[in-house]
Amino acid sequence: MTLLQFIFYVFSALMLLSAVGTIISRNPVHGALFLVVCFVASAGIWLMLQAEFLGLVLVLVYVGAVMTLFLFVVMMLNLDKLPSRAGFKKYWPFGILILLLLVGLMIYVVAPSHLSLASNAIAIPHPADYSNVQALGAVIYTQYVYAFEIAAVILLVAIIAAISLAFHAFHQDTKRQNISKQVQTTAAERLRLVKNMGKE
Amino acid sequence: MFNFTLILPELFVLCMVCVVMLVDLFVEQRQQVLTYALTQLTLVGAAILTLCIYCIPTTANFSGLTVHDHLGSVLKLAIYITSFFVFLYSRNYFRQQNMGKGEPYLLGLCSILGMMVLVSAHNFLTLYLGLELMSLPIYALTALQRDKEQALEAAIKYFILGALASALLLYGLSMIYGASGSLDITQVANVIGANSTQHPLIFVFGLVFVVAGLAFKIGLVPFHMWLPDVYTGAPNAATLFLAVAPKVAVIGMTIRLLVECLPGLQVQWQELLIVISVLSMILGNFVAIVQTNIKRMLAYSTIAHGGYILLGFIAGTAAGYSAALFYTLAYAIMSLGAFGIITLLSKQGFDVETIEDLQGLNDRNPWLAFMMMLLLFSMAGLPPTIGFFAKLSLIEALVSTHFVWLACIAMLVAVIGVYYYLRVIKVMYFDKPLDNKPFSLAWDAKMAITINGLAILYFGIFPGALITLCQQLFWSGTMLN
Repeated sequence: MTLLQFIFYVFSALMLLSAVGTIISRNPVHGALFLVVCFVASAGIWLMLQAEFLGLVLVLVYVGAVMTLFLFVVMMLNLDKLPSRAGFKKYWPFGILILLLLVGLMIYVVAPSHLSLASNAIAIPHPADYSNVQALGAVIYTQYVYAFEIAAVILLVAIIAAISLAFHAFHQDTKRQNISKQVQTTAAERLRLVKNMGKE
Repeated sequence: MFNFTLILPELFVLCMVCVVMLVDLFVEQRQQVLTYALTQLTLVGAAILTLCIYCIPTTANFSGLTVHDHLGSVLKLAIYITSFFVFLYSRNYFRQQNMGKGEPYLLGLCSILGMMVLVSAHNFLTLYLGLELMSLPIYALTALQRDKEQALEAAIKYFILGALASALLLYGLSMIYGASGSLDITQVANVIGANSTQHPLIFVFGLVFVVAGLAFKIGLVPFHMWLPDVYTGAPNAATLFLAVAPKVAVIGMTIRLLVECLPGLQVQWQELLIVISVLSMILGNFVAIVQTNIKRMLAYSTIAHGGYILLGFIAGTAAGYSAALFYTLAYAIMSLGAFGIITLLSKQGFDVETIEDLQGLNDRNPWLAFMMMLLLFSMAGLPPTIGFFAKLSLIEALVSTHFVWLACIAMLVAVIGVYYYLRVIKVMYFDKPLDNKPFSLAWDAKMAITINGLAILYFGIFPGALITLCQQLFWSGTMLN
């Protein structure tokens, strides 16, 4: 086993274990942290594939921004522990059976004979001055511009959908700022002097 | 290579999405008349643009990411026309049921853009992006009635299972990509065709996941569990939207993937589809019998119709594919009318849910009852409606490829299916209405439902033009490879 293979197996094992941890952990904060580990491990694998830009973006955007936001939300919701999974005990033997069947079949089909290092040539390592950012930038606005623009539209849709779901303008009992009223306030309204009756 | 003329319809719809968004935001308008008008105008404009570029011969565009061909254009036109009627039927519903201001129209337009990208995709990348762009707004549309618990439950179910389906599809596509080394549909087909004697098992492995993902999206047994719950739980207008145009788009995606990309694995996907199709037809038709909720009943009938559409793919000939496409278009018109009437009948604070809600519809509005009867006859496959010819051409394609046993099963379950459609007709015509008030419709809705119902009859009596159109799409030479 070469050093590269060793690193690959370490990252892969870390990724799989943390992915399982995300699903089975009862505490949502632990679940989110496991997901962070999963992202970091997959970023490591991308680095090994010489896609350093993607690996770094995964860490910066997902771990740095998205998951942090996610953790904030989980903490604010004050979910101590998820309610116990009532149906889980009843179904797990069946689930394990299906899992074993599926994984067994998948291993049988994509056995080493199809996806081994011997049958697939190892990618030629790029020279030292190879830039992943340059390679991406050369195609993303030229060859793949159509797909890139559609991805941008999907983000637009995400914004529209999120706002239309979260914006409660039509409800009567929504608490909102009335800015014109705030501006027109007078000094007397801002401060009310109360005589302290407790002490003299 | 970068021909912007060929993607004019997409560009137009995208620009109009932005215009509609800003107009809806900044222009004070009572009852969103302007938003509605602009949305419908967008669809009309896109249809005109698509017709203008219809005759340009098949070309791959944008370095093969998208393709301009007759199949894509016809599917797009079907999407525009059905969506036009969908917005027309649901206009009152959006206003009365507190589903936001212009959001339903905006989300609908975004979803239509996704469908357009999806049906003209020529690369796994655009295919997947189009699928997501189509689905995301529909999830939000389902959840737009936030004070209804049932709708939220339906939205969550739809979202999670839809994501699962996308993941399955993506897994399969990435396996095929890994084995073929290309994302381009023609190139993948060439790689598989080149070593046609012996397929690496890995292609079949990918194919299984692709078919599972497709079955999820169409809603076929055993991946159908989401469909009845979502159809029942979603607000009626959202059900109407997601039951019609997305179905056409997903069948378009199935044609792109199975017929254009993986014809080399036909023997393999044929076997998979036979199992899925038989199970869907049987389960859909039998379970629909015991339903009391009309939306749930129609949802199970959707599953059965999905099974019928697959029969055309199983036949595996040009005649079979065109029959499947004809059935899809016929089904789009039928479900458009049926869910449209359910949406039209719903009023403020009252959703049509159970079959009893239709009791004595004949006494309240005879014309609407007659239209519903035509639609249900067509769904059951009785002459002289379009549903009859759709089923007939499928059976014909099957028999000519020696799948006689499959044709027999299809016929038998179709006869069983007639029962539950006729039950609704009986309730409408022979039961006393709960509420004797006559039910009147706005002129535009009345006209739309009349056109919709008479189209069923017209294409049932003169199906020639539509059938010829579908057949021409699959003649060799019109497709890119």
